[in-house]
Amino acid sequence: MTRTDSRTALVELSGVSKHYGNVRALEGVSLEVHAGEITCVLGDNGAGKSTLIKIIAGLHRHDGGTLALDGEETRLASPREALDRGIATVHQDLAVVPLMPVWRNFFLGSEPRKGIGPFKRMDVDHMRRTTRAELLRMGIDLRDVDQPIGTLSGGERQCVAIARAVHFGAKVLVLDEPTAALGVKQSGVVLKYVSAARDEGLGVVFITHNPHHAYLVGDRFVLLKRGTMAGSHTRDSITLDELTRQMAGGTELDDLRHELQRPS
Amino acid sequence: MLTRPELGSLVGAIAVFCCFALAADGFLRASSLGTVLYASSTIGIMAVPVALLMIGGEFDLSAGVLVTSSALVSSMFSYQMTANVWVGVGVSLLVTLAVGAFNGIMLARTKLPSFIVTLGTFLMLTGLNLGLTKLVSGTVSTKTIADMEGFTTARALFASTLTVGGTHIKVTVLWWLALVALGSWILLRTRAGNWIFAVGGNENAARAVGVPVTRTKTALYTGVAFGAWICGQHLLFSYDVVQSGEGVGNELIYIIAAVIGGCLITGGHGSAVGSAVGALLFGMTSKGIVFAEWNPDWFKFFLGAMLLLATLLNTWVRRRAEASK
Ligand SMILES: Nc1ncnc2c1ncn2[C@@H]1O[C@H](COP(=O)(O)OP(=O)(O)OP(=O)(O)O)[C@@H](O)[C@H]1O
Ligand SMILES: [Mg+2]
Repeated sequence: MTRTDSRTALVELSGVSKHYGNVRALEGVSLEVHAGEITCVLGDNGAGKSTLIKIIAGLHRHDGGTLALDGEETRLASPREALDRGIATVHQDLAVVPLMPVWRNFFLGSEPRKGIGPFKRMDVDHMRRTTRAELLRMGIDLRDVDQPIGTLSGGERQCVAIARAVHFGAKVLVLDEPTAALGVKQSGVVLKYVSAARDEGLGVVFITHNPHHAYLVGDRFVLLKRGTMAGSHTRDSITLDELTRQMAGGTELDDLRHELQRPS
Repeated sequence: MLTRPELGSLVGAIAVFCCFALAADGFLRASSLGTVLYASSTIGIMAVPVALLMIGGEFDLSAGVLVTSSALVSSMFSYQMTANVWVGVGVSLLVTLAVGAFNGIMLARTKLPSFIVTLGTFLMLTGLNLGLTKLVSGTVSTKTIADMEGFTTARALFASTLTVGGTHIKVTVLWWLALVALGSWILLRTRAGNWIFAVGGNENAARAVGVPVTRTKTALYTGVAFGAWICGQHLLFSYDVVQSGEGVGNELIYIIAAVIGGCLITGGHGSAVGSAVGALLFGMTSKGIVFAEWNPDWFKFFLGAMLLLATLLNTWVRRRAEASK
């Protein structure tokens, strides 16, 4: 912990809470994201993981606590503002438009343009070439960047979404369950790319409910449970077994084991 | 197939063309061509912005009566307030665009489906058209403005006939071609086009990557209003009076042309060229039946069949594109 605490965090949440009407989705959650580190957020379904990152991504406003970017307290008004401040988010539903070609999706919302006045237009050649090159860098060789992104596999789509975030010079990369729907091999590809992004100096928030994936790449671990913090650890203060145990419900698991025991 | 939404309708258009070329003696004559193109253009001018709006994921049921409103505003303002029709034409543009912007803003504010919002506008405009016209001129039609200053120049712009190699071509055909070109340029080459596909294909995704969803949709509605303004001025200057009850039902024709041309009714896919082919199919069928001296009742039957075929084709295309979603 001492290694990184002297620097200001890229993103720091302290005591953040969020209510949807009467539903308490988050209560008093704190987390830090540092450059060149991966902060994992673990939790069961409905624990509030997506809510947490929607606050970081500017989609929702928090009701309580503080959000600080580079040490400066803020409230993000829109996804656009979050993007402009270097926070790129890959949502659980990926935020891609399935019917649109890969290259259009890649640049959506940040299209490069050329020409002047009424003849201002997208730089289509550059967009096609860049998309191809960026995907090739991740080991995805697309025959045709014109194919609708909906025709790609889940892992490929995930990689396009991550490559897009990295390409646009994000300082903080937020990934909501990038490996949830993937097989072993495709998860591996995504995890490799996540650590590549970390090595390039990005701060990464990696959301998952798989402690094995988290422990493979993570530097910090935040455990959420029904909207509250159930634990916050650095890598050197917790083992995989302990993380798995806490994630699986800790003492609840022991109770469950007890209940499920066959009468002998 | 996937990148060419208009391909299916193009095949249909060629088939219909061949069918009438064989069945109707006069169909291939140059004068008939002018008639067919004219009929197509009055639909096509509206079909382009309606198609763009549909690609953006929304409908506009007020588009048909908005054409009439636009003509009425132009005519009545000129008649009551000034002696120059150009002033009326300008005021009409502002009023019509404002109605389009109203649709877009209401949609964004209320978050109701566009079907409901524009159905409301449709009914209100229908009532306003009839009510205000009666209030101002005492009858269901406007007073003639043919003797006013600027009428001839305005007519030249909106309702003249050009002779190209012996064929009479209405100026609306040029407006139509220009709009198709503009619509294609926007969709295929500009950032706005990327946003239109995105808000129609997956609105939440578009918002999450920073696309201004409300602004895009409002712009699309003002685009429809712009088309309505051109059509409305054409309506006014082809004659010199406007019937206040006209236009009801045309909104569906525009939508049908867009759908036949390959626009997905759920948004996210389609083209401006496709809407033009849809409008052309419409023009060819409606006039071809007359040339072939068939009973015009068959027109609606053909239209229905084409619409079903086109929708089936589109649905199949979307299923394939989203197969792995
Ligand atoms: N827009 C919303 N309106 C009301 N309640 C919501 C909304 N979004 C989420 N919730 C509720 O907030 C809680 C946390 O949801 P959230 O999506 O953050 O969970 P999660 O940890 O991402 O779960 P999962 O692993 O299934 O993705 C849930 O109880 C959910 O029902
Ligand atoms: Mg979630």
